[in-house]
Amino acid sequence: MAVPDATRDAVVSVDLASESVRTLNQRLHDEPEPVRVRVTNPAGKHSIAAGIAVAHDVEIDGHVGYYCAGMNKLASVRVRGNCGVGVAENMMSGTVVVEGSASQSAGATARGGLLVVHGDASARCAISLKGADVVVRGSVGHMSAFMAQRGSLVVCGNAGEALGDSLYEARLYVRGSVAGLGADCIEKDMREEHLEQLRELLRRADMGDVEASEFRRYGSARTLYNFHVENLGSY
Amino acid sequence: MCGIAGLYTKSPAVQARLGAHIATMLEQLSFRGPDSAGVAFYRDPAPAGSCKISLNSSAAEPDWTAVGAELADVFADASSPRVRASHATFVVDAEAEQVQAWLAEHHPELRLMSAGSSIEIYKEAGPPEEFVRRFALEEIDGSHALGHTRMATESRVTTEHSHPFSTGLDLCLVHNGSLSNHNRLRRNLRREGIRFQTDNDSEVAAGYLTWRLREGASLEQALEGCLEDLDGFYTFAVGTADGFAVLRDPIACKPAVMAETDEWVAIASEYRAIAVLPGARDATTWEPEPGRVYSWGTTPVA
Repeated sequence: MAVPDATRDAVVSVDLASESVRTLNQRLHDEPEPVRVRVTNPAGKHSIAAGIAVAHDVEIDGHVGYYCAGMNKLASVRVRGNCGVGVAENMMSGTVVVEGSASQSAGATARGGLLVVHGDASARCAISLKGADVVVRGSVGHMSAFMAQRGSLVVCGNAGEALGDSLYEARLYVRGSVAGLGADCIEKDMREEHLEQLRELLRRADMGDVEASEFRRYGSARTLYNFHVENLGSY
Repeated sequence: MCGIAGLYTKSPAVQARLGAHIATMLEQLSFRGPDSAGVAFYRDPAPAGSCKISLNSSAAEPDWTAVGAELADVFADASSPRVRASHATFVVDAEAEQVQAWLAEHHPELRLMSAGSSIEIYKEAGPPEEFVRRFALEEIDGSHALGHTRMATESRVTTEHSHPFSTGLDLCLVHNGSLSNHNRLRRNLRREGIRFQTDNDSEVAAGYLTWRLREGASLEQALEGCLEDLDGFYTFAVGTADGFAVLRDPIACKPAVMAETDEWVAIASEYRAIAVLPGARDATTWEPEPGRVYSWGTTPVA
């Protein structure tokens, strides 16, 4: 999306030590044109930058609480710290980057966009993923990609127990060890198309130094849900 | 939903402000547990051969001085009461078990909050902010403390159903979660001689740890036993005279975050309760892994 430079360069500062999260979010919702916003003193507060629907550029300087950048649409949100539960949950589009680690359910039910976690993500990362891409530089906890339907989860470290349990059509790429696969999740061949997709995801996540050929691919065995090849176009 | 906060100090400056810090942490967690609050402080150990007892009374104006005089009369000696809101603490020149037995017989109206050498428990039904003010927590120093804000799911909202629970000397437990096999476990533990004051599920977890420790387990071993014997959801923080330990159940639905600096180690249900501590921004911060025991200051497994 083309954004005028003049607007992009003007940075609005919001200090959450003196302003409420509600004030910040209302401002992000009301501003019709993309703006650059720098948020200071988040102090683990919940729902920071949730529900944005404009291509704002938001930088948060510190650790945030639950549901940061939830339902994000178009915006680019960067957290210079760790995240609590449910960062970028139900994201529709845009980019959310976490420079630290993320707690449980990172990217849960996200439909589009890109979530990047440079540290670890804990349990249930990308649970019920519906089309977004999630790239984790570190490891993910147990039950990650549970019932994930579309999109991809890239894990440069290790995956915990029950990876991809009851998986639908999401693609899972793991470079390190997998503590255990969930029901109906199996290892699949890494074909050229997958390597290409993986390289592109790593590049977009600013992890071009990570070698795509070191990953293994996991997907659904398609025995748990009623998959019929003639319905492929609907998935 | 409940809130847990724990702070283990590594410097005299943080020790002096332990109560102020734990108070701020509890205020941050009040929305997770608006119906009751409590704290166990570990501080000012009783001299060898003596014990420290904390009691709660529901009377409007309990005569703590009279209780202290009786204790001094019955046992070799007893301190005058240190009164804090509805609670009072006594140091008695006797074994804790003897004092407990005597109190149960002669003052059944008084609730035993804790017994041991350094533990003091304060807890009350009502909003956490009010609790923090009424008990003037900011005045209290100590080596470590565990606090709790409660949103009741399994049993009634009363002072005795509030956390921390103490079922053994210098031992306490705070819990976020719910246990489903607590009735059977309580029956079994009663048979083993463990005493319970309520029908609360979390008190059973405290009783279970007391039993395992009595049977010779280390705190780490006792906590690992929870993974086998307790059915339900939990993030536990457990205090002993020397430090505290943390355990999350293997499913780990209940949140926890830990942080450490050169001056303190903290556990909280949410990071916002750690963000209020000095130097939190630069602390090493992490989410405790499910099914793994973390401990500070307690004796390591041999």
